[in-house]
Amino acid sequence: MKTFDLAVSTVREFNQALHDEKNIVTEKEWAATNPKGMHNIAVGLDADIAVDIHGHAGYFCAGMNKTAAVTIHGNAGQGVAENMMSGVVRVKGDASQAAGATAHGGLLVIEGNAGARCGISMKGVDIVVKGSIGHMSCFMGQSGSLVVCGDAGEALGDSLYEVHIYVKGTVKSLGADCIEKEMREEHIAELTGLLEKAGFDEDPSAFKRYGSARQLYTFKVDNASAY
Amino acid sequence: MSNEKNISLKESATFDRSTMAEIRRAAETGIYDIRGFGAKRKLPHFDDLLFLGASMSRYPLEGYRETCNTSVVLGDRFAKKPITIETPVTIAGMSFGALSANAKEALGRGASIVGTSTTTGDGGMTPEERGQSSKLVYQYLPSRYGMNPDDLRKADAIEVVLGQGAKPGGGGMLLGQKITDRVAQMRNLPKGIDQRSACRHPDWTGPDDLAIKIQEIREITDWQVPIYIKIGATRTYYDVKLAVKAGADVIVVDGMQGGTAATQDVFIEHVGIPTMAAIPQAVQALQEMGMHRKVQLIVSGGIRNGADVAKCMALGADAVAIGTAALVALGCNDPKWDDEYKAIGSAAGYYDDYQDGKDPAGISTQDPELSKRLDPVAAGRRLANYLRVLTLEAQTLARACGKNDLRNLEPEDLVALTVESAAMARVPLAGTTWVPGQKY
Ligand SMILES: Cc1cc2nc3c(=O)[nH]c(=O)nc-3n(C[C@H](O)[C@H](O)[C@H](O)COP(=O)(O)O)c2cc1C
Repeated sequence: MKTFDLAVSTVREFNQALHDEKNIVTEKEWAATNPKGMHNIAVGLDADIAVDIHGHAGYFCAGMNKTAAVTIHGNAGQGVAENMMSGVVRVKGDASQAAGATAHGGLLVIEGNAGARCGISMKGVDIVVKGSIGHMSCFMGQSGSLVVCGDAGEALGDSLYEVHIYVKGTVKSLGADCIEKEMREEHIAELTGLLEKAGFDEDPSAFKRYGSARQLYTFKVDNASAY
Repeated sequence: MSNEKNISLKESATFDRSTMAEIRRAAETGIYDIRGFGAKRKLPHFDDLLFLGASMSRYPLEGYRETCNTSVVLGDRFAKKPITIETPVTIAGMSFGALSANAKEALGRGASIVGTSTTTGDGGMTPEERGQSSKLVYQYLPSRYGMNPDDLRKADAIEVVLGQGAKPGGGGMLLGQKITDRVAQMRNLPKGIDQRSACRHPDWTGPDDLAIKIQEIREITDWQVPIYIKIGATRTYYDVKLAVKAGADVIVVDGMQGGTAATQDVFIEHVGIPTMAAIPQAVQALQEMGMHRKVQLIVSGGIRNGADVAKCMALGADAVAIGTAALVALGCNDPKWDDEYKAIGSAAGYYDDYQDGKDPAGISTQDPELSKRLDPVAAGRRLANYLRVLTLEAQTLARACGKNDLRNLEPEDLVALTVESAAMARVPLAGTTWVPGQKY
């Protein structure tokens, strides 16, 4: 285990160490202490390593992550794991807005709540939130799955493409073109797998599924009020 | 046309035939007009400016014997590896999706021959364009289609796109006809849908957030490559100041004449300010911050010839970018396809339905048969020739003004033909010392 004290080292030094090939082939376990809300910690990783951040992280922590497993032992600021490609990012506390934005793959687990726009424009990532999520979540979500064990805020899944959304609690309102859909066996199976991967003990049958009505996929005069 | 025969028929200037045709089209379809190309209305533009060549009070340079430098270094503010372009004319971002793979390859080939850069677009980086572009700028757009860290690290520069001159405040569009399997796969979308790109970035909002975002991109790329910010010209003075503050190495300002692949006509024609009006605002902002020439300024929107290039540089730009002109050089709107343009309700020289994907020239299409018509090698050579002409023309004008570097051109070398161009470009009306709006 190699530890960087961010009260002494800079984020630049930490990130550079995590990017340098000679480091990551020999050292698989990394940690940072005293992150104190600093931005852009552990971004652009592309290695089979584990990184533990002990404290609260600022914006874009673990942004564009590939293959690495990043755990934030605290809260995460805006855009955690944005555009992640693969790997696992776990937030032990709460996540601010735009968690997992545009992420293409991998698994983002938030053990607390997530703010507004969770999973905005997501493109293949799986996001599992133990708590609740804020308004405009999954806006223009393209693919992947969003699981919420708590409640969802206003305008969930607005202008949604093909993301599978599962919410256990209440949904304040659905966005344009997002509808409740039948929970079939394959969805129960998918949800069970996601909850398991996240390590959350929840009953999949207590969830409802939401998805795209696919009415806005092509421009139609009759939909003018929705554009 | 009857009114040409019968001079007693009077066409309304307000309700001309084109206006009436649009009213009928709207009444029939109930949806706004979406098209490609840039603004078609007449706007104050670089033709309204003239150079004052050297004579008694200035000393010209010999046309062939004395050098006039055209190379420019872009992005040396923070990046470890700035880009050097041999001519200050770059190829603007145009997406694979909007353009065929052959067209993208041709742009890369042409630009590489003359040592300048090309730019990806909304839809990601294709191996063809990376392979053929010696200097490739990777766009970081609100949609983040195809955005991935591997391509980010393959790029020679990264351009964070906040807006485009054709549609400042609007997102991209790609209509279903062009969402083929490959385009759908690159963008992670269902095939054949009408795709609407976001107009705002999903994970940051104001300029303070943008500063952090730029730092993130720098961290991911280990501070190697320059980061550009592209803005559509509107409140350019303020936007440029904020872009500098956010940490840009290079700022791209795209005026309202700028081309687009698909946007509502009402947007193209009614939002933004002309390119000529934007440059002095941008330069003033940079100068006030002590950043002129330190943060480079690239200007685009309606650039057609070496005179336009030289005028942009004289007003203070470090380089320009071209979109529409590059497509025309490849063969877009070529009269040789006139019959086919007519068959789809247009004509050579008028074609702007890039969104339909039926381009007979094989450029703004994803149709494999049409795409095949464009030979990327031959088209690339045409583009290289055209870029050379732009460079030679700009050099000719610079030498005539006594400048041994295009960037030594200055506003003092220019006068304006009209009061409005004098006010916008902030140079005197020809034959006077009058710069409208300036205090003495
Ligand atoms: C076919 C086409 C596609 C374009 N696609 C993009 C794009 O993906 N991203 C972008 O920032 N600008 C895009 N643009 C705008 C150009 O980057 C550039 O700003 C504009 O074309 C410059 O004006 P000009 O066409 O008059 O030279 C596109 C323009 C055209 C003509």
